[in-house]
Amino acid sequence: MSQAATTAGSVPATSVASTEQYNYAIVKRFAIAAVLWGVFGMAAGVWIASQLAFPFLNFDIAQITFGRFRPVHTTAVIFGFGGNALFATSYYVVQRTCQTRLYGDSLASFTFYGWNLALILGVITYTMGITQGREYAEFNWQIDLIILVVWVVYFWIYLQTLLRRTQPHIYVANWFFMSFILATALLHIFNNLEVPVGIFHSHSYPLFSGVQDAMRQWWYGHNAVGFFLTAAFLGMMYYFVPKQAGRPIYSYKLSIIHFWALVFLYMWVGAHHLHWTALPDWVSTLAATFSILLLLPSWGGMINGIMTLSGAWDKLRTDPIMLFLITALSFYGMSTFEGPMMSLKSVNALSHYTDWTVGHVHSGALGWVAMITFGSLYHLIPRLWGVNLYSLKLVYVHFFLATIGIVLYITAMWVAGIGQGLMLRAFDQYGNLAYTFTESVVFLHRPYVVRAIGGGFFLAGMLIMAWNIAMTVRMGIKSEAREREEARAAEARTA
Amino acid sequence: MAAAWEWITDLGNSKMFALVLFMSTFIGIVIYLFAKPSRARKFETYRYIPLEEDDSHLEPTARRDKTESEKQ
Repeated sequence: MSQAATTAGSVPATSVASTEQYNYAIVKRFAIAAVLWGVFGMAAGVWIASQLAFPFLNFDIAQITFGRFRPVHTTAVIFGFGGNALFATSYYVVQRTCQTRLYGDSLASFTFYGWNLALILGVITYTMGITQGREYAEFNWQIDLIILVVWVVYFWIYLQTLLRRTQPHIYVANWFFMSFILATALLHIFNNLEVPVGIFHSHSYPLFSGVQDAMRQWWYGHNAVGFFLTAAFLGMMYYFVPKQAGRPIYSYKLSIIHFWALVFLYMWVGAHHLHWTALPDWVSTLAATFSILLLLPSWGGMINGIMTLSGAWDKLRTDPIMLFLITALSFYGMSTFEGPMMSLKSVNALSHYTDWTVGHVHSGALGWVAMITFGSLYHLIPRLWGVNLYSLKLVYVHFFLATIGIVLYITAMWVAGIGQGLMLRAFDQYGNLAYTFTESVVFLHRPYVVRAIGGGFFLAGMLIMAWNIAMTVRMGIKSEAREREEARAAEARTA
Repeated sequence: MAAAWEWITDLGNSKMFALVLFMSTFIGIVIYLFAKPSRARKFETYRYIPLEEDDSHLEPTARRDKTESEKQ
């Protein structure tokens, strides 16, 4: 199959002219950082999954035990892989759709170094046992401040670029990116209101306590899913799906309704993580109700993305990048159906505190977030360096490894979670618990092994992607050097 | 002002206020989108923005292809 056939209407090469018109240097840096963090974060994930199946892998070394390495994994994949990919794609999309250069080259560089410095410090401090103990926000307060400054600068760059646009309308992808930036700022600030123990001390006390603090944690936790892992990646989807398909998005009106419905509804649903706790019952019901309502915009968005291929379904046979993008949307649909279902109090009574939740998170994180990112990076990176992808066959291999990995992962977690939930709720005829906790742990061993294998598949795909991208970039660098040499030679001849 | 603050900080009032505010804003957006056919048509033209980018400088032949032909 020819490479041109699989690039679906868009041409892969960029020229020096575009490099001058747009700031692609910063997009390149973030894109490469995303791939590197992806390899590291997913390797950490496979490691901790293996630790759960085979606890001897903790080796009695405190720094690499599950408790310390789990936040290393979540931080590396969410903020390292996902965050860097979002910086890269948002900086690319805002320039391309506004037809203007990114505001502030040095400020953009600052966001790159600041963001990645914060993440590296986070990883180091977690292994040292320094953590706030807040899920997906384990950074200690000094690192929180670095992130705050970086985020405000990011917002300023994005806003100024939008204000300098030459295109009169702000394309919907930018709305999603902007809502992600604003919501993440709010979430980060309010979730990290802490009282430091001392100016040179890494620890701090949360401003709130008890049920209020739990509420704050899950208001943050679920909106991190909503705005960081959903809205922002929808921004990615609304640009890269039409671009790769070479067709406009199915319905622009639907994208507007999708956007507003999503941002209105998401903020209310965090409390569904706290069903059957000390939280007031009305808050719990409110969260479940809004979670069910969220199904409508989520599926509206999914249909909008998938129907973009309407009349051109053959692209799925010829274009592996399109496969990534459309499969991502299918997983988006699936996990946004599963989520509202799990938010129902009766279902939650079974699923909560079990591995079903872990499986649900990963069907969204691997199936939606990672797959849409892979597709977008495969589209983006060759264009940034002005070359075709090193190997499209490897993209196919990556796709099938990733898909098999996800299926193994989530089915193992369904078995683990539902089995675990049923065992923990089973009573004998005297009203005593039918199973001990240890028996439920023994039951989990096999699903945990399958989960680790699934993660291994996914990691293998990521390693193949890293190799493919490295070779593509290498070709691009060589090609640029040769062009410069040719230009110098031509100049010398004319002189 | 103090009375208004007191009214809005009462959860019994603010819950309903928020519901009415967000619901009516959302319905307003939907009406805005669909009420006027010419406006709806105008919005649909925006979906072409990613495809209308200035791609004139992009070359269909990638540098890699050129490199390989040079080798031959």
